[in-house]
Amino acid sequence: MPRRPSNPFPNNSPSIPWPSFSPPAEKGGSLFKSGSGKPSRIAQFFSATPKSKAEAQSAAAALLAASRAQEQLFLNSTTPPISNPSLSLPTISLSTATADCINMDAPPTTLFQPPSPGEARRLAKQHAQFAPLNSQSHRYTSRHQGGEFPEPIMDEPPYYYLLTTYISYLILIIFGHVRDFFGMRFREENYRHLKSRNGYAALNSDFDNFYVRRLKMRINDCFNRPVTGVPGRYINLLDRTTDDGNYHFQLTGTTTETLNMSSYNYLGFAQSEGPCADSVEENVKRYGLSMASPRGDVGTSDIAVECESLVAEFVGKESAMVFSMGFGTNAAGFPALVGKGDLIISDELNHASIRFGSRLSGAMIESFKHNDMRDLEAKLRDVISQGQPRTHRPWKKILVVVEGLYSMEGTMCNLPGLVRLKKRYKFNLFVDEAHSIGALGPKGRGVCEYFGIDTKEVDILMGTLTKSFGANGGYIAADKAIIDKLRVTNAGTIYGESPSPAVLSQINSALRIISGEIVPGQGEERLQRLAFNSRYLRLGLKRLGFIVYGHDDSPIIPLLLYNPAKMPAFSHEMLKRKISVVVVGYPATPLISSRARFCVSAAHNKDDLDRFLSACDEIGNVLQLKFASGIAGGAPPLEHGVTWEMEQSRRRLQKHDKAIKALVTTPRWRFEDVVKRGVQDVKVPLR
Amino acid sequence: MDFQEAQAHLLIILGRLSQEFHRLPGSAILLRYIRSSYQNDPIRSAVELFLVLFAVRYLLAPKYSTKPNYVTLSEEEVDELVEDWTPEPLVARVTSFEEAEIEKRPVIVGPTGPRSKLANGRTVTNLASYNFYNFVSNELLKERAIQTLRTYGVGPCGPPGFYGTQDVHMKIEADIAAFLGTTACIIYAQAFSTISSVIPAFSKRGDIIVADRAVNYSIRKGLQISRSTVRWYEHNDTEDLQRVLAKVTKEQSKKPLTRRFIVTEGLFENVGDLVDLPKIIELKHKYKFRLILDETWSFGVLGRTGRGVTEHQHVDAAEVDMIVGSMAGPLCAAGGFCAGSDEIVEHQRLSAASYTFSAALPAMSATTASETLLILQTQPEILNALRENVKAMWTQLDPRSDWMRCISAVENPVMLMVLKQEVVNLRRLGHEEQQHILQDIVDESLAQGVLITRHKTIPPNPSGTKNEVFTPQPALKICLSTGFSKKEVEKAGIIIRHAITKVMTRKR
Repeated sequence: MPRRPSNPFPNNSPSIPWPSFSPPAEKGGSLFKSGSGKPSRIAQFFSATPKSKAEAQSAAAALLAASRAQEQLFLNSTTPPISNPSLSLPTISLSTATADCINMDAPPTTLFQPPSPGEARRLAKQHAQFAPLNSQSHRYTSRHQGGEFPEPIMDEPPYYYLLTTYISYLILIIFGHVRDFFGMRFREENYRHLKSRNGYAALNSDFDNFYVRRLKMRINDCFNRPVTGVPGRYINLLDRTTDDGNYHFQLTGTTTETLNMSSYNYLGFAQSEGPCADSVEENVKRYGLSMASPRGDVGTSDIAVECESLVAEFVGKESAMVFSMGFGTNAAGFPALVGKGDLIISDELNHASIRFGSRLSGAMIESFKHNDMRDLEAKLRDVISQGQPRTHRPWKKILVVVEGLYSMEGTMCNLPGLVRLKKRYKFNLFVDEAHSIGALGPKGRGVCEYFGIDTKEVDILMGTLTKSFGANGGYIAADKAIIDKLRVTNAGTIYGESPSPAVLSQINSALRIISGEIVPGQGEERLQRLAFNSRYLRLGLKRLGFIVYGHDDSPIIPLLLYNPAKMPAFSHEMLKRKISVVVVGYPATPLISSRARFCVSAAHNKDDLDRFLSACDEIGNVLQLKFASGIAGGAPPLEHGVTWEMEQSRRRLQKHDKAIKALVTTPRWRFEDVVKRGVQDVKVPLR
Repeated sequence: MDFQEAQAHLLIILGRLSQEFHRLPGSAILLRYIRSSYQNDPIRSAVELFLVLFAVRYLLAPKYSTKPNYVTLSEEEVDELVEDWTPEPLVARVTSFEEAEIEKRPVIVGPTGPRSKLANGRTVTNLASYNFYNFVSNELLKERAIQTLRTYGVGPCGPPGFYGTQDVHMKIEADIAAFLGTTACIIYAQAFSTISSVIPAFSKRGDIIVADRAVNYSIRKGLQISRSTVRWYEHNDTEDLQRVLAKVTKEQSKKPLTRRFIVTEGLFENVGDLVDLPKIIELKHKYKFRLILDETWSFGVLGRTGRGVTEHQHVDAAEVDMIVGSMAGPLCAAGGFCAGSDEIVEHQRLSAASYTFSAALPAMSATTASETLLILQTQPEILNALRENVKAMWTQLDPRSDWMRCISAVENPVMLMVLKQEVVNLRRLGHEEQQHILQDIVDESLAQGVLITRHKTIPPNPSGTKNEVFTPQPALKICLSTGFSKKEVEKAGIIIRHAITKVMTRKR
């Protein structure tokens, strides 16, 4: 594919007018500075370019190097140069200061007086993990705006694409069978492990293995990509090649620094420096590396007790306990909560760990349609009135299990609806906040805070510490009586290893930063940047014409690809542009809706997202991914003088006319317009 | 007149109807069919008509629930039932024993180690942590961990499949595989969750697993979730194993071949004793079963360099299909692993739930494990030092106590002490009473400055059949470490012995 320069900046004029809100006091400085800021931002885009010898060069040379690097990138895009975060161009940091301090008042002359090479390297490393904030306007507060919680509108592509998707799978399956047919006859040794031999049944049956062998293996290079270093704003991939159709990979020994749109690093705490890492270092020195015992024996340290009380306070429950693995928290947690004679009603898209734990518990399991409160109510009425199967005895208790934020859909649970049902049907509510804790709510306290619902309404709040806090493990928070009982009946406490002091101290300092106890202002910035970034990217993708799923404030944004061949194509095109994305297909999603999933982070700044949007724009054109019909958003901006409320009432009226369909315009914005309007439109309800 | 009129009218209508009928497409075919099927036999046509009507009725019948004895209720009745239903509280009340346990749970202030400071300000001799080689206080390891922290941060922020596989993970996998002598290895983020996922990754419904009755909770949960047919053999009884294997083979001989596994442990968590691996390998080959060996407690402990049971009993590790172990115990890091052939390991990367759906291991733990593994290989004398300490404790406790005996293997640094059978019989001690006695002993030795613990268990499958339940005898758990000198071990041993005597004589 011919590569066009993906740099949006020539178009994204730095003097974008921000008419919708009063510019901050330093704004003048920003506008003034913007001309000179341009080259440095370009350099920032391509900080993955090779380390030129320009470390201590004068500004002119630095500028030259930046443009040369850019050229070079366009020329040999197929062989990405290796680079190390610490070896980026020194100019990167010039226009910007540290992450939590805005640079608006920096005099423009800074560019011509680069800091010492050591300092520049340090800043470059820091910025590779956590981007500096360009403008204070790039912040937003994640909060439910009140009113009925809307069901996300699911857009659909033209039937042509659905048809070709099915045909693609058909072709892949036919090809697979043809290859198997001949392979089994002429290349028997490759199939030996799928057949029983010397009286041993095959570990993996031919049939079970077909999908993996013949479909997934084709695109296996898009998965399990090995990485090194911090999974922050950028992530370093270890380059690898294959010469046997993705069965084996050889590392080439080089690395590629890519923009990280894949890690669950919502609040950007994946950092190897800063207050968190400092506290971890201190605690490793003090506590060592392990508590060498399960919590049930003598694995409880003062730092663990501290962590539990911090977590409890953060999520708004009386008591909490932490575990060393998020998956294990659910796997061991359910058997302690429910058992024979109990019923679990689980959202159909719940995570594997919930299913694993539910199955272990011995309770009956029912499921309801994803986020469908009507289906849940019908199910509840049915099961309560029928009682247990055969005996018709009433259920001992019913546990409804939902996730706060669904990792493949980007949807949030309808907590207001659930709480309403809970009042009537008296079930217990379990919310798995694996993705939502830290990522939603004005203070990052999860779905309850996002919806402004008292945490008392939810019986058990479970979550992971892997995602937003850059640590590892999981927690369960509930009333003290419940947690006390779980402490003695939960297998994770009795047998599972206790979380290591390093992990605990990362959690503690991350929680303290979020609550503003240490480094005041930084936690708030992280939260608001995440909320802004999530909405900005989502709005941008909708306007460009992509179908994305999920709610507007969700930092998980799935972009629908449909055709299976577009998964590897999208992933490869993104990799060419030095962006790492996750693509997922069947069985993690329904067969037809293969998707790419982006995880937005507070570590990104608007430049990163613009770079990413520009890449999506290009790839979307090449791969024909712009399916959106306009029903799910991306509409043209409101005319001057029309407010959101006026628009809403107009729409309500039109609903009766049925004329609304005709009025929906297909969103195919130009990238420049998306960037231009993005910031101001993010702060009003997305449309 | 009216009648005739009506008749004429009817005839006209019938005529029209038949005209209309003939105009319908396919009507000719229908008529021809009826004519040919009539064959001067009205009963035949009647039966056919009946069948048609039945089919129509069946298709139009309302859908009914496939659930047996489903009771149809009106909306009001449902409302009433909903109104009436009162669920039990989410969890039961804490019992007094549990309450005491929560209160007494020691909180260590600062680092764990041979001498640990508790929250109440006392410094005690810690014989309860799995800090076998005292790696916790190793400065070199800390330094390496901090280096890792400064390059990788703490968490990998993603599952291994989605950019969570870091080079340090690949290194520790290669290290363990090379150490054990298998071709490949896969690491998990938590040791406890490892085997619960390994077993169901391979064994599905219809497959057969033969397992030791004393296997640990984690294995049992793995067996449960695999939905395979599980047969049990008496703990460490190879003759019984042979009997079960022969029986299974005979039963299955007529059926299509399914996957068959033997699941057992190296050092048993619940009993502390050692498996007879060569015999099991022999049987496994004879009856064509695959072997899943849980080396959580033996890896890093048994053998000259700590390779586990395989090294200790001179078995080639490649003979064992899957070796599952822990990096959280002797290696003092975190996480678990499964080592085996390439095929076995690669299969898990897609189908083992706790690998695929869980975040990867923190890089710091991975590098720590690599380092400690290296120490084991380069300084095998620390294993001997540990064994010396275990021996010293054994001589203090086992032969000299009138009340308790040690059921662990002599090589096991986790010593499980149970009340002697005659004591239990004499005093008619139930399971719970034994727990109480043991808790008293733990409290008493803590009062004397020695921290030990009870072997805590939870019933794996309380609602299962009697055969499935294995209740290990309540035991004291004493964990040795190279962090103690021989003198210290002996001193601690004396204190524990006296605590036992004190509690047992007081109870009388």
